[in-house]
Amino acid sequence: MHIVVPIKEVPDLVEELEVNADGSDLDREYLKYKINEWDEQALEEALCLKEDGGATVTAVAVDTGDVDTYLFTALAKGADRAIKVTGSFTKGGDNHTAAAALAGVIEGLGADLVLGGVQAPDDLDGQLPVLLAARLGLPCVSVVSGVSVAGGTATVRQEYSGGMMAELDVTLPAVIGIQAARQAPRYAAVSKVRQLMKTATLEEQAAAGAAVDTGVKVRRLYRPDAAGHAEMIEGDAEEQARRLFEILAERKLVRR
Amino acid sequence: MGATVLVVGEQIDGVLADTTYELTALARQIADGGTVVAAGGGPGFESAASAIAADRVCVLGGAHMNDYTPEAYVAAIGALAGDCGADVVLAATSAVGLDTAAGVAAALSLPLVSYVVGARPEGGALVTTSQLYGGKLLAESEVGGGRAVLTVIPGSVSGDAGRGQAGAVESVAAAASPGRMTFRTMIRPEAGGVDITKEEILVSVGRGIENQENIELVEELATAIGGTISASRPIIDSGWLPKVRQVGKSGLTVKPKLYLAIGISGAPEHIQGMKDAELIVAVNTDANAPIFDVADYGICGDLFDVVPALTECAKANA
Repeated sequence: MHIVVPIKEVPDLVEELEVNADGSDLDREYLKYKINEWDEQALEEALCLKEDGGATVTAVAVDTGDVDTYLFTALAKGADRAIKVTGSFTKGGDNHTAAAALAGVIEGLGADLVLGGVQAPDDLDGQLPVLLAARLGLPCVSVVSGVSVAGGTATVRQEYSGGMMAELDVTLPAVIGIQAARQAPRYAAVSKVRQLMKTATLEEQAAAGAAVDTGVKVRRLYRPDAAGHAEMIEGDAEEQARRLFEILAERKLVRR
Repeated sequence: MGATVLVVGEQIDGVLADTTYELTALARQIADGGTVVAAGGGPGFESAASAIAADRVCVLGGAHMNDYTPEAYVAAIGALAGDCGADVVLAATSAVGLDTAAGVAAALSLPLVSYVVGARPEGGALVTTSQLYGGKLLAESEVGGGRAVLTVIPGSVSGDAGRGQAGAVESVAAAASPGRMTFRTMIRPEAGGVDITKEEILVSVGRGIENQENIELVEELATAIGGTISASRPIIDSGWLPKVRQVGKSGLTVKPKLYLAIGISGAPEHIQGMKDAELIVAVNTDANAPIFDVADYGICGDLFDVVPALTECAKANA
């Protein structure tokens, strides 16, 4: 079985996000990036499936600039192959264009299962797994936590609100949007990643698909109005704690 | 000239999702005098259909619609969207919505806009607002032709205008499914044990707690103020607390008297599950964390200082 995991770099939300001068995008000059956290979940589930019953796991990423680290990290965690899809891609590029580029590569790989992160924080034009499935003409299930494979069928658990889950059988090949892996994503030792960077080479494939017009044009990016904002409690930690306790006591939420 | 707007309905056990009403209300605004059509599949949807304030509610029938599978919904809604000449299709940012929206957008070659919190017609265009980067920024976008498929974040518009009486409820034979998916079973949360939806005080812990051992700090606080511990998604995914403690989109929706958010940044998926708490207090190191936008009181500080200090206050007053 061949499992392909698309990986995307996204802005690190821990950082301060600034908007560029014309308000159309982030100011990306000093922006820090990280791997999309849901893609990490998808990779973990793929590696678990490999450990379950044997599979080849291939990580793929469109070359938006700094994806080598993520691909080497995937290898360090146990992926068998890592492919960088080259072309003229930009950081924060749209998912339709990425899906078009990745679809060609994934078809060539003969993937049985594509496990992608169900969403990313910058998905303006749809989520990557569903767009990929549409491109590839494959069935797709999103918001999945828990995948098992037997024969040519994947059994997946799709999450609804209120803690409900449906168990569905899906004929392979298929695309699954992973919400959470069965266990927390494993760590790759930095030393191992560094060593791989010296000894291993990433495969490169040129993107076949052209840039896609999503039909969605950003007019302006802006901070939400602080329509409601918390009343901030100032002071050092003890003063803050005392003041908060008083507020809760006044509302009879705690006893004083 | 109004537009025809199609709402993708959702139900579980014959109870419509709140989003179905919210999408119907938003559809009415976008339609701007045009037609609002709502659609859903199976007997569960049929029993609730008449309460949707749409001009037409289409119940997609057929044995393959009795239980939900994404591909059957995509095929049926896609075909209906074509038949009724939908200009705009609205789905929720949910498991059902994500799969359906993308499938329908591909089938009809329409643009797709995600994480929508508002939309309005403007001239011939459709102007949408999306919540990006975990709720830190909003993007106002324009879809030139005015035709698009939108996935809308639950709770971002009031559903009041979507509740009422359907103009007409029609049975429509659902298009055939490609037959690559089979529904096996519904897994329900285990009954018994803790029910965080019934607790008056929740002390909720998020990623800021850093590791499993530190959760004890939050447990001590919860005990000291007579509350119950709950958590955001990353804590559950890490296996640090059981799923029954999860607040948010794929967890539980809670409305306690006090919701104390410790080290939770406030991603839209989390806020969806706790924004209606009577009093929300947040402790976070990031002054710009979105949680402070929904909180009544905020403490910008290190939870490892604030939480023990608050526990001490409670103990001293016990």
